[in-house]
Amino acid sequence: MRHEAISSTNWKFCRTTIIAIGRRLAFFGILWLILSRAEALLLGVFVVTAASWLSLRILPASPPIRLLALLAMGPGFLGRSLVGGIDVARRAFDPRLPLDPDWIEMTVDLPDGGKVALEFISLAAVALVAIEEKSETLAAALRYMLTALLGSLLYLLGTVLLYSAHGVLDIGLIAGRTPVQTDLLAVALMTAGIAAKMALFAFHAWLPPAHSGAPAPASAMLSALVLKTAFVILIRLWFEVVPDLASTAILILLGSIGAAAILHGGVMALRQDRLKLVIAYSTVAQIGYLLLIFPLAGGESAAQPWVAGAWTGTVFHALSHGLTKAAMFLCAGLWIASLGHDRLEGLREQARATPMAVFAFGLAAITLMGLPPSGGFIAKYLLLTSALASGQWPWALVLLGGGLLTAAYLYRPPRRAFYADGRGPTIRAPVTAGRASRARRGGDHARHRIERTF
Amino acid sequence: MNSCKLATLPQRRRVWNERSPAGSEPDDIAHSRDAHVFVPDDNHRLRNALNLGGAVLKLGLVGFMFFEVAGGVVYKFRLDFVPGLFLLLRVDALALLFLSLSAALWFLTTIYAIAYFGAKPEQSGFFGFFSLCVAATTGIALSGTLISFFIFFELLTLSTWPLVVHKRNANSLAAGRAYLSYAMPASAVLLVAVVWLESTVGPVEFAVPADLGALDDTSLQVIYVLFIVGLGVKAALIPLHGWLPQAMAAPAPVSALLHAVAVVKAGAFGIMRIVFDVFGLDRLDALGVATPLAMLAAATIIWGSIRALQQEDIKKRLAYSTVSQVSYIVLGIALGGPYAVIGGLAHLVHQGLMKITLFFCAGIFDERAGITRIDALDGIGMRMPWTAACFTVGAMGMIGLPPTAGFVTKIYLGVGALQSGAAWALGVLVVSTILNAAYFLPLIYRIWFLEVPSDARPVEGPPTLIGPAIVTAAASIAAGVIAAAAYSPLGWATLIAQQEYLP
Repeated sequence: MRHEAISSTNWKFCRTTIIAIGRRLAFFGILWLILSRAEALLLGVFVVTAASWLSLRILPASPPIRLLALLAMGPGFLGRSLVGGIDVARRAFDPRLPLDPDWIEMTVDLPDGGKVALEFISLAAVALVAIEEKSETLAAALRYMLTALLGSLLYLLGTVLLYSAHGVLDIGLIAGRTPVQTDLLAVALMTAGIAAKMALFAFHAWLPPAHSGAPAPASAMLSALVLKTAFVILIRLWFEVVPDLASTAILILLGSIGAAAILHGGVMALRQDRLKLVIAYSTVAQIGYLLLIFPLAGGESAAQPWVAGAWTGTVFHALSHGLTKAAMFLCAGLWIASLGHDRLEGLREQARATPMAVFAFGLAAITLMGLPPSGGFIAKYLLLTSALASGQWPWALVLLGGGLLTAAYLYRPPRRAFYADGRGPTIRAPVTAGRASRARRGGDHARHRIERTF
Repeated sequence: MNSCKLATLPQRRRVWNERSPAGSEPDDIAHSRDAHVFVPDDNHRLRNALNLGGAVLKLGLVGFMFFEVAGGVVYKFRLDFVPGLFLLLRVDALALLFLSLSAALWFLTTIYAIAYFGAKPEQSGFFGFFSLCVAATTGIALSGTLISFFIFFELLTLSTWPLVVHKRNANSLAAGRAYLSYAMPASAVLLVAVVWLESTVGPVEFAVPADLGALDDTSLQVIYVLFIVGLGVKAALIPLHGWLPQAMAAPAPVSALLHAVAVVKAGAFGIMRIVFDVFGLDRLDALGVATPLAMLAAATIIWGSIRALQQEDIKKRLAYSTVSQVSYIVLGIALGGPYAVIGGLAHLVHQGLMKITLFFCAGIFDERAGITRIDALDGIGMRMPWTAACFTVGAMGMIGLPPTAGFVTKIYLGVGALQSGAAWALGVLVVSTILNAAYFLPLIYRIWFLEVPSDARPVEGPPTLIGPAIVTAAASIAAGVIAAAAYSPLGWATLIAQQEYLP
């Protein structure tokens, strides 16, 4: 009786295993045939066998998937994903940043394999946000991650639209395609995705806390380089992939976004009282200048003589902005290291204590204001020339207004560094001490909200 | 001592390296030695040697070029940044007028400043930016294109700010803030004017008359107004003069250089370039914008004098006097007649000599006797005779009494006004002279004819402090006495006007 039971169990197990092996072999075999177009069959046998064996090791044979139940899950899954996505987007753009990262205990009604995947995601996220163990840094990094994810999703969505319409993803091939109605939507989605990543105006909320919270060398790289890569993709998108879609209205819209970034970033930088925040908002503003290339060099003006100046000016701007931002964040890091904070009013007497840093900051400020003799001046001069030569004087006004705003907010740090009343520089505890405890008190509330999100 | 020497050696080498690639002389002078920002603060000897060495070298080069240019030689240096944007340095007669003034007065001011600061701290920063400021002025003088001019003009703005805030107190920082809040918008306006013009007619070289026919009259008028506003802040034309009296918070050598050579003169010189070399006197007449500029200058002359009369602080009174006096230059240029132009050009040098004398003396009064207010000057002539004598010479020049340089200017301007058919300008000169006398004669009276109120006996200080003032005072008399000589400021101005700007 007992033997029979065992042998019956064994038999049952064997049967399940054999069926599972057969299924895996069939599945991988068909996949191989499709992917390799029925070539290299001998290699296929090895690969399919190996893949089946590996898949059985990772995901052992389990009860068969109930197709009906899977289908029934579909609508609910889609609905919840939508709600979750909207909530993530809302939190990413809310200026108050209503979240406070923490560990969440979650029981999941899934077999073993599912749990592995979930844990993998949370591990990656924690690795990203926990570079510096400060609450505000965590929040900033999380917001950065959310925005970047949102950007990637939007970009991917646009790419999928393009692919479904034309069946290719090659830049040269898409450029030569026959236009389809959904193209504009696709490119708009991709632009929005890039905008989120390069902290363009209206998508810029993540940048100041993230860049000012990161350690100084990291901020230098983030501000100087990372944003520019997204800009390169934006340029390629509009000038190489779909130059025919760049109508005057769209070019002016892009330019206006740039102008809004210049003005908003400048005004916000003027209102900050911490050096790193001033520099970070200045990045928001300076990114805006890059967008002026669209009205100045895009569309019908592409063949005009002033376009060369606009391109050279933009490249000069990107380059000199990268260098100055690196210099500024490194100076800020130096002052944080020596003073323990980066409050503007505490920088007094630094012209005496750290003359080289003040001098370097001053040179960087001159470049950013677009004053000669500097790369920033050459950039502004060329952009201004091409704006006036093309008769688009509103952009010239934006360039000048932006320059004056830059001068106004970058005047404040050196002004304080030069001030000396004989009391010596202010040295205090790091600026984060007070905020960490406040964030801890709000922890429970935030945790509840995150749970609701997921 | 040894370690100190070792530490300063690299800087010395850096300075020499900066000078050694002598492509051509103008370049050499313009990119002059600003490396002494990094000379250790307590190494007075090295710093003074660098400063004086640079100043003497520059004086020698300028003197050499002076005679070469008089013989018809033209020096040129060109540096391309990107296509369509290049730096051009070019020595012509007008450039040399400004250049020799700045070279001579820089040398004297350096001697004065070394004595003035003595062993005070932070001199390296001061002399570094001081030299940078003079280098920028030199660049302005040598600029051969509009954009080169703009580059050096802004370099001057930036290098002057640390000098204005040198004392690092709330007062001087407020002055620095006022200075920049006038200068930055002005630079934006100036840039628009430059770029607007160049985006239509291409890069403007002063030696090559630009073809302005491509622009309509209204655009040209607007561009001209933008130029005058952009340059008028530095030239302290009303209502853009507000920063200048505030900038008196700076130390005396800075005020001296600011008022005599660097900032206000750069503005006036820029207006000369715009009027003579960009637009040309004929076109300005055709556009009908020369007379409004002359009227603005006249209004500035009167207003500056009236405000000077109301000041109780010596340096403030001198500052408003500068507002008034610099506009003589602008008035002469804007009137456009031969004598008026010559008078305006010569006054660029005359005013520099006289005003720097006054500021040197004001600095000595403050530093040696603690006198900053006019009512404290009583009887100072008996105690500090040399300083008081120099001050008196400067003040007499400002009033325009013979035989000083100021007299020559006023005669030429007056004759020029009649030549140009602008008799009202003669009236302005008369009123202004009366006002000048009204605000300077009481000072002279107090200095020489009132009793000493206390028995304090201040010493006049080392000869290096009073020496520069004596030299400039003597020069301002000499410029009046030998005005007819070929190499006097007036003679040189006549040469410029005859060669280049008058029919």
